[in-house]
Amino acid sequence: MKLTEQELLAWLEEVKDPEIPVLSLVDLGVITKIDIEDNGKVSVVMTPTFSGCPAMDMMKQEVEESLARKGIQEFEVKINFDEPWNSNKISEKGRKALKEFGLAPPPTDTLIVDLDILEHVACPFCDSENTLMKSPFGPTLCRSLHYCNNCKQGFEQFKPVNQ
Amino acid sequence: MNTEAIKDLLYKMADDLLILGHRNSEWTGMGPLLEEDISFSSMAQDKVGQSYVLYQMLHDLGEQEPDTVAFTRNADQFHNCQMVELPNGEYDFSLIRHFFYDNAEILRFQALTTSTFEPLAKAVVKFRGEVRYHVLHANTFIKQLGSSTDEAISKLQASIDILFPYALGMFEKSKFEKELIADGIFTGEESLIEPWIEAIQKVIDQTSLRLPDYKTITPVYGGRYGTHTEDLQPLVEEMSAVFRVDPTADW
Repeated sequence: MKLTEQELLAWLEEVKDPEIPVLSLVDLGVITKIDIEDNGKVSVVMTPTFSGCPAMDMMKQEVEESLARKGIQEFEVKINFDEPWNSNKISEKGRKALKEFGLAPPPTDTLIVDLDILEHVACPFCDSENTLMKSPFGPTLCRSLHYCNNCKQGFEQFKPVNQ
Repeated sequence: MNTEAIKDLLYKMADDLLILGHRNSEWTGMGPLLEEDISFSSMAQDKVGQSYVLYQMLHDLGEQEPDTVAFTRNADQFHNCQMVELPNGEYDFSLIRHFFYDNAEILRFQALTTSTFEPLAKAVVKFRGEVRYHVLHANTFIKQLGSSTDEAISKLQASIDILFPYALGMFEKSKFEKELIADGIFTGEESLIEPWIEAIQKVIDQTSLRLPDYKTITPVYGGRYGTHTEDLQPLVEEMSAVFRVDPTADW
């Protein structure tokens, strides 16, 4: 029986973001296209969250390993910008996983015109919006640094990125 | 489509990003405060990452591998504008350069989103989202420091006066300018100057700083054609030192 795209996506759930191990690549939104040919050949297209993301090669390799483990004989994993990533591509499930991990999920559909929109991000620990942005750049390219005045804890946000 | 013209455009953009990315990375561990250390390091990572995408595009057009292109050329084979190769100096100098460069770069990316050279048009959509943070970072600091103490204002002003002629060198025309415009690959350097002045003036107007009248300033040209300051060759040597130890090493 022919493999479906849904089945393949379910398999790829096992591949996680190496820097956020609770978030699958599918939920992160970096798998942008899947093709399954009649002869069983699988093509997967991925796109980076940030052009300089150092984890991209590792993620690609893990997708390849996952396909091989599932017994796919012939496959190709490509990286391109045909469908560039933005932070709205993170699924609802992914947003929830981020929050549980202690990372504030990015606001949805917000156009970044000023750094002010990064202020008052809801704290992932106590949900207070009495927070302060310390820096729009954090320990990885996709995170910003914040401080919660309510529970007195530093936290990070997965940054909103528009196109 | 004129491949030589496209290559020339890709080289100057990639080289600007790589060289400024390297200069930004020199702030790692040296920033005046932790957040700024992280900011310059993150911007370095974005810029080097973007340069890699462009070098890969050049490789697809028949040029050598990205690492070979980045690490085995000499200074006179680089097409970056001279501004990006100047040593970091003090923080005010790096900040003004970052402000001038990123406000121009976002306009360049914007203009290229409609390029007839499709791979570039797609990539710059991604780059634009990333560089927006760089622009916001620069503008925020210029606004705050440019209206703070007398010492901060005079230091920033001195850096503006030194860097402004170099900044105009970002817009040095390519020898393929006509072809790029005619083929719809790029709207041309001249199309960026006025919008750039307008963007930076808007920020400067909220401070005690002054911008020279660009029409009275002679730009520092030459970088796009391989003429560089004596600061580029040592940078290239340091940047490629590890690669040159064993070019075949697998990382």
